[in-house]
Amino acid sequence: MVPASGVDKVPAPNEDAEDFHLPSGLHFEGPFKILTRLSAILIIGVMAGIFLLLVLESVPVFHKFGFSFITASSWNPVSNKFGALASIVGTLATSFIAVLFGVPLALGSALFLNELCPFKLRSPLSTMIELLAAIPSIIYGMWGLFVMVPIMSHFIQPAMIKHCGHIPYVGGLFQGPPFGIGTLTAGLILSVMILPFIASVSLQAFATVPASLREAAYGTGANVWEVCRTVLIPFTKASLIGAIMLGLGRALGETMAVTFVIGNAHRLSVSLLAPGTTISATLANEFAEAFGDTYISSLLALGLILFLITFVILMITRMLFLYDKRRIPV
Amino acid sequence: MKPDPSVLLRRRIVNYCMLVLFTLAIFISIGALTAILWKLSFSGLKAFSPDVFLKSTPAPGSSGGLLNAILGSVILIVTAMVAAIPLGVLAGTYLAEYGRTSRLGDVIRFCNDILLSAPSIVIGLFIYGIIVLPSKHFSAWAGAASLCLIAIPVIVRTSEDMLRLVPNSLREAGVALGCPYWKMIVKIGWKSARPGIITGIILALARISGETAPLLFTSLNNQFTTLSMNVPISSLPIVIFQFAMSPYKDWQNLAWAGAFLITITVLGLSIFARQMLSPKRRS
Amino acid sequence: MIRQVRTIGFLALSVMFTCFFHAVFAGDITGAGATFPYPVYAKWAEAYKAKTGISLNYQSIGSGGGIKQIEANTVDFGASDMPLKVEELQKDGLVQWPMVMGGVVPVVNIAGIKKGELKLTGEVLANIYLGTIKKWNDPAIVKINESLKLPDQDIAVVHRSDGSGTTFLFTNYLAKVSKDWMDKAGSNTSVEWPTGIGGKGNEGVANFTAQTPGAIGYVEYAYALQNKLAYTMMANHEGKFVSPLSASFQTAAENADWANAPGFYLVLTDQPGANSWPITGASFILMHKEQAHPDRAKTALTFFSWCFANGSKMAEKLDYIPIPGSVVKIVKSVWLKEIKGKDGNAVYTAE
Repeated sequence: MVPASGVDKVPAPNEDAEDFHLPSGLHFEGPFKILTRLSAILIIGVMAGIFLLLVLESVPVFHKFGFSFITASSWNPVSNKFGALASIVGTLATSFIAVLFGVPLALGSALFLNELCPFKLRSPLSTMIELLAAIPSIIYGMWGLFVMVPIMSHFIQPAMIKHCGHIPYVGGLFQGPPFGIGTLTAGLILSVMILPFIASVSLQAFATVPASLREAAYGTGANVWEVCRTVLIPFTKASLIGAIMLGLGRALGETMAVTFVIGNAHRLSVSLLAPGTTISATLANEFAEAFGDTYISSLLALGLILFLITFVILMITRMLFLYDKRRIPV
Repeated sequence: MKPDPSVLLRRRIVNYCMLVLFTLAIFISIGALTAILWKLSFSGLKAFSPDVFLKSTPAPGSSGGLLNAILGSVILIVTAMVAAIPLGVLAGTYLAEYGRTSRLGDVIRFCNDILLSAPSIVIGLFIYGIIVLPSKHFSAWAGAASLCLIAIPVIVRTSEDMLRLVPNSLREAGVALGCPYWKMIVKIGWKSARPGIITGIILALARISGETAPLLFTSLNNQFTTLSMNVPISSLPIVIFQFAMSPYKDWQNLAWAGAFLITITVLGLSIFARQMLSPKRRS
Repeated sequence: MIRQVRTIGFLALSVMFTCFFHAVFAGDITGAGATFPYPVYAKWAEAYKAKTGISLNYQSIGSGGGIKQIEANTVDFGASDMPLKVEELQKDGLVQWPMVMGGVVPVVNIAGIKKGELKLTGEVLANIYLGTIKKWNDPAIVKINESLKLPDQDIAVVHRSDGSGTTFLFTNYLAKVSKDWMDKAGSNTSVEWPTGIGGKGNEGVANFTAQTPGAIGYVEYAYALQNKLAYTMMANHEGKFVSPLSASFQTAAENADWANAPGFYLVLTDQPGANSWPITGASFILMHKEQAHPDRAKTALTFFSWCFANGSKMAEKLDYIPIPGSVVKIVKSVWLKEIKGKDGNAVYTAE
C-alpha cells in the first residue's frame, strides 16, 4: 500500500529507533497488585480472627456448662455460674420492641415523603431523617436517660400500671415499680435509632417503582392509601423486608443507647417495665472488671452469641437484597 | 352499575386515617430529632465556656474542662485514620479493579459487609484479645486499632463503589496509550474517583468520632492530659459515658458540653459527606 | 517528582509525630479499682499533682475491676474495699494495706422524707433488698417509724451492677444480721440480687436513686453528702439508732485491731459500741510484691506516704476516716519488708 503523502514520517518499530522506550513503572505492576490484594485479604483475616478468638475463648465455657449456658438465667460471678438467658432474652425483647415501634414509624415516614410530601419539603425532610442516623449512639443514651426516663417514670409508666396492669393475660407485662428505666424504655429509644435506616432504604426502594405502575393505579381511581397498599409495598417487598432486617441488625448490636437505660438486672421478668439486660449492655458494664477465667470466657461466649445472631440476620438481609439486585446500603 | 356509596365512604375513611397516621409518623420522627437536638443544644451550650477547651477533666466537685478528652479523641481518630485510609483504599481498589468477578473478591466483599454491620463492641473484644491481653495494659494503640477496624469497612465499601463508577472507556483509553495497569488505576481511577473516595473517608471519620463501645476496654480512660500512646488515654465518648452516669451536676454539665461537641462534628461531617455523595451517585 | 517527595515527606512527618508523642511523655502511674474511696483519691491526686507535677491516674471501675487489673498487671496498683484473704494474696504475690476508712449508708428518695429521718434495722433492710417488703408503708417499716408519714409507694431497689467492695461491705452486714439474706444471696463483691436495678459504681447508684421516686440505694457516705441524698438512720449492734457521721464511723473503727490482722484482713461491719455505725469499712490498696518497674512503684509508694502524712484533712472534709498513725507505721514496715524490685532490694526508701 502506498502511504498517503503526509504520513511518510511514521517511525519504524525496530531497535534503531532511539526514542522508543517502555512505559516507566512497569516493574511496580506486580508489587502493586500484591499490595492491594494483601490489604483486601486483611479484611478476611480480621473477620476470621474475630470468629476464631470468640470461639476459642468460648469453648471452655460450653465445655463447663454445656447447653445450659444458653438456657440458664442465673448470672453469678461469685459462685462462677453463668447463664446467658437473661441477656439473650433482653437483646431479643428490646430489638423486638424496637422493630415493633420503629417499622410503622419508618414506613409511615417513607410513604409520607414519597406520596404526600410537598415537593419542596421532600429533600430537607429526608435529610433530617438521615441526620437521625448520624447522631452517635451515646447521645441517644444520654437523651434517653435524662429526657425519656423521667417522662416514663413520672407519666407514662404509672398510667400503664394503673390502666393495663389489671387486664388478664397481658396485665403481667405492665406491672412493677415505675422505674422509668427498663426494657420498654430501651426498646423505644432503639426504635428511634433504627427508624432512619429503615426509612431511607424504603424511600430509595419506593423511588424505584415505575411511574407507569403508580399512575395506572391512580388512573383506575385508587386513593393514596390503596396505591401504597396494592402497588408500592408489594413491588418493593423484598427491599422493605431487607430494610427491616437491617434495622433489626442494628438494634441487636446496639450498645451505648441501651446501657444507659436498661437497668442492668440479670433477671428474667415478664414485665416490660422491669429492668433487664442485653448482651451488649452486659459486655459494656462488666468486661472491664471481670476477673477469673470462667467469667471472662462467659463474657466472650456472650460476644460470640451476639456475633452469630447478627451474622444470621445479615445473611438473610444479604439474600434479600441480592434478590433485588442491590447491595446492602452503607 | 352504580358504585356502592357505603363502600366508597369506607374507602375514604380508611384512606384518611392512614394518611393521618403517615403524617403522624413523620411528625414523630422529625419531632424526635428536634427534641434530641434541642436538649443537646440547650444543655450543651449552657455548659460551654473557654474552660472546656483549656482544662482537664476535674475530680468530682471541682471545676474543669474536657481538654484531655478532646485531645485524646483527636489522637485516637487521627492514628486510626492514618492506618485505615491506605488499607481501606487499597483494599477497595483491589475489589474494584482486580477482583470484580473473582471468587476471592466475592469472599472479601462478604466479609466486608459483615464487618460493616457487626456490633462495634465485638470489634472491641477482638482488639482486647489480640492487643490488650498480650501487652498486659490498656493503651491508646489498642483504642486506635479498634477504631481503625471500624473505619476500614466503610472506606473499602465507598472506595469500591466510587471506583466502579469510573467509566471503563477511560480505563481502556489509558491502557491503550501504553500505561501500565497500576499507573492507570492511580492516575485515572483514583483521580476521577477522588471526590467520592474522600467523601467515604469523611463518612468513616464521622462514624468513628462517635464510637464508644470499642474504647471501653481498649483505651480505658485517663484523668489527666497525656500524649503517650502506650497508656490509657481519655476520649470524649468515654468521658461522656462516665460523667453522664454520675450524680455530680458539674460532671453532667461537662457531659452535655462534650455531647454537643461530638454531635456538631459528626453531623457537620455527615451532612457534608452526603451532600457530596448524592449527586455523584445519581450520575 | 516534587509531588512524590512532598507525599513521602508528609508521611515521614506523621510517623515522626506519633513516635515523638510516645517517646517524650512517659506514662503516668495508673491505678484502678473501688469507687468507694474515689472522691478522696481524686482529691489527693489533684493536690499531689499541684505540688509535685506527678500525675496519678486512678480509674474507678469497681473493686472487682481493681483486683482483676492488678492481677493481670495492667496497672501499677489496685484498690478494693473487699480485703483479699491471705491465701489469695500469696497466690498472686500481692500485698495489701488499708488506705482510708468510710461508711456505707442507705439512701432513699421518698417525697417528704428528709435526711436522717427514716429509721431502718438490718432485718428490714435485708427484707427490702430480698423483695419481701415491697412498699414503703409496709407494717414492718411503719412500726419503727411511727412519727413519719410513709406513702403507699412501691420500693424501687437500687444496687450495684459492677463488682463492688461497697457491695461486699453492704452484703457482709446484711448476711450478719439476716439469715435469709445469708442463704439467698450471701456476701461478695457481686451477688445475685433478688430484685432491683443495677447502677454502675457508687455514682450510678446515687444517680438512679436520685432520679427514681420511691428508690432506696446504698452508697459510700461521701456520695450521699455530695449529692444531697436523704440518708437513713440504722440500728447498730447494740440496737440503738445512729446517724451516719464521721463520729459514728470513728467509733466503729476504734475497735479495729490492725496490728493482729494477718495481711490486714479486717471487716468492720456490725461492730460493738453504742454509737458505732454498723456498715463501716476500710478501703485497701493492692500492689505486687515483686516489682518489674521499681521506679514506678517507688513513685506510687511516695504518693501514698504523702497521702498518709498530708491527706487527713482533705479526707475528713469528705467524711472519710484517715488511718491512725500507729497503723501507718506498720504499713510502712510492710512496704520495706515485702515490696521489692527484681534485685531483691526494697523499692520504698523511708524519707
